[in-house]
Amino acid sequence: MAKLVISHVSLKYHTVEDEIEALHDFNLQVEAREFISIVGPSGCGKSTLLSLIAGLMKPTTGMIMLDGSPISGTTQKIGYMLQQDYLFEWRTILDNALLGLEVMRRKTPDSIARVKQMLKDYGLSGFENSYPQQLSGGMRQRVALIRTLATEPDLLLLDEPFSALDYQTRLAVGEDVCRILYQHQKTVIMVTHDIAEAISMADRVIVMTPRPGRIKSKHVIDFGPEYNHGSPLKRRESPRFREYFAAIWKELNSSEQ
Amino acid sequence: MNSKQGYSLEHRKYLRRIRVRQRTILVLQILLLISVFVLWEIAANRGWINQFITSKPSRAWTAAVNLFNRGELWRHLGYTIGETVLGFTVGTMAGIVIAAVLWWSDFVSRILDPYIVILNSVPKVALGPIFIVWLGTGLKAVVAMAIATSIIVTIMVVHNGFKNIDPNKIKLMRTFGASRLQIFTKVVIPASVPTMIAALKVSVGLSLVGTIVGEFLGSKAGLGYLIVYGGQIFNMSLVMAAVVMLSVVSALLYYLVALLERKVVRFNH
Repeated sequence: MAKLVISHVSLKYHTVEDEIEALHDFNLQVEAREFISIVGPSGCGKSTLLSLIAGLMKPTTGMIMLDGSPISGTTQKIGYMLQQDYLFEWRTILDNALLGLEVMRRKTPDSIARVKQMLKDYGLSGFENSYPQQLSGGMRQRVALIRTLATEPDLLLLDEPFSALDYQTRLAVGEDVCRILYQHQKTVIMVTHDIAEAISMADRVIVMTPRPGRIKSKHVIDFGPEYNHGSPLKRRESPRFREYFAAIWKELNSSEQ
Repeated sequence: MNSKQGYSLEHRKYLRRIRVRQRTILVLQILLLISVFVLWEIAANRGWINQFITSKPSRAWTAAVNLFNRGELWRHLGYTIGETVLGFTVGTMAGIVIAAVLWWSDFVSRILDPYIVILNSVPKVALGPIFIVWLGTGLKAVVAMAIATSIIVTIMVVHNGFKNIDPNKIKLMRTFGASRLQIFTKVVIPASVPTMIAALKVSVGLSLVGTIVGEFLGSKAGLGYLIVYGGQIFNMSLVMAAVVMLSVVSALLYYLVALLERKVVRFNH
């Protein structure tokens, strides 16, 4: 059974002036431990799709099933990482990382110890009692990832998680995040507009059409056994990388006309 | 490497220049104040201005000392400061609670919006006689005046601050399944601390205005009472003494809020 099943989902936004169809008859199945990247022109409903999966909105029609049961509202099985870190500047790094657990009333000596260990593992030891403004962009993004992972979700939604970082940091943090996610064996859906980033991280890349968003094409990314679940930087060096890039680039461009 | 000895000669010169400049500004500020009082005293003594209607610093000082000797100085000061602090505290707390209600329900906020705008522009002095009829002359009516002058601005400023919180911070909370109360206590309140302090700074001044107006309209104590009473019996020395004390009180209250700001707003610069 697939981890996540999205069937015939469409969503309409209503404003006084207009009615906008953001998604139209969207269908997708995601297997457990799969890493899916979704690319598409801006405004194609990528972020809307993540909000629907996260249970922040209800689809106008259609259904989303997680582990065989329909999603109705937010669930602790899903972790959502936003475009920026949105660390609270009045909280220490440790308290920021504990935010999700605190909201879910799951802050226990055990879970605190686990989060402290994660901070240590991901190169943030000594910063537990610092405040966010004392950290670099890459470090802040890692804290945001720990905040998401601390609640132990099975399915992670990443909404352009690196877009606020400069290119250099972006590659480095992407590398870290991939390693951490493979380690934890998470199912991941990442939305991005960076084709190279999508190919370098995912098992499958989904290309969406402009609004109303539908699936235009699906691309299975397979670099061979020595590359799969490997470092994104290494995958970028693979000869097949260019082929995938060219194919998806073409798809995206033809959809914009 | 940041030790004082490590600095270059130019840097030490630079620091000294800044220090000298700051000290000069302070000295000139004090000199300006002193020279105004000295000039006032001389002008009154030489007959350039009419002492009867302008009084002079030495006589205002005597008037203050007389009040002190009769044991009334502290009573009047106490009333004004007490009424202001009481009105300011109640007004601010009630204002924040009302702002929270408006944040909680956008529907209620839309309904009340025009009334808040109108209440904001109504001169609160006009409400004075109503308070006196309802609460009698004295402390209660004065505090009501202080609350009335400060509460609307507090509501507007704080509600605006609540509304302007980054919606993504709220989205983040929602992804964790946070309740509205959790969003309020864990994001809205802490993120609005700087706004609330800014509201305090405005409302402490307005509360003092309300207190003085309240004392003008009906009271038997306080600096506002002294000013009106002194004016009625043409004792301008008493009026001037009260006005100077009022200036000191308002500076003191503002300074206290600024002190609170420095204590609380550590992470929001």
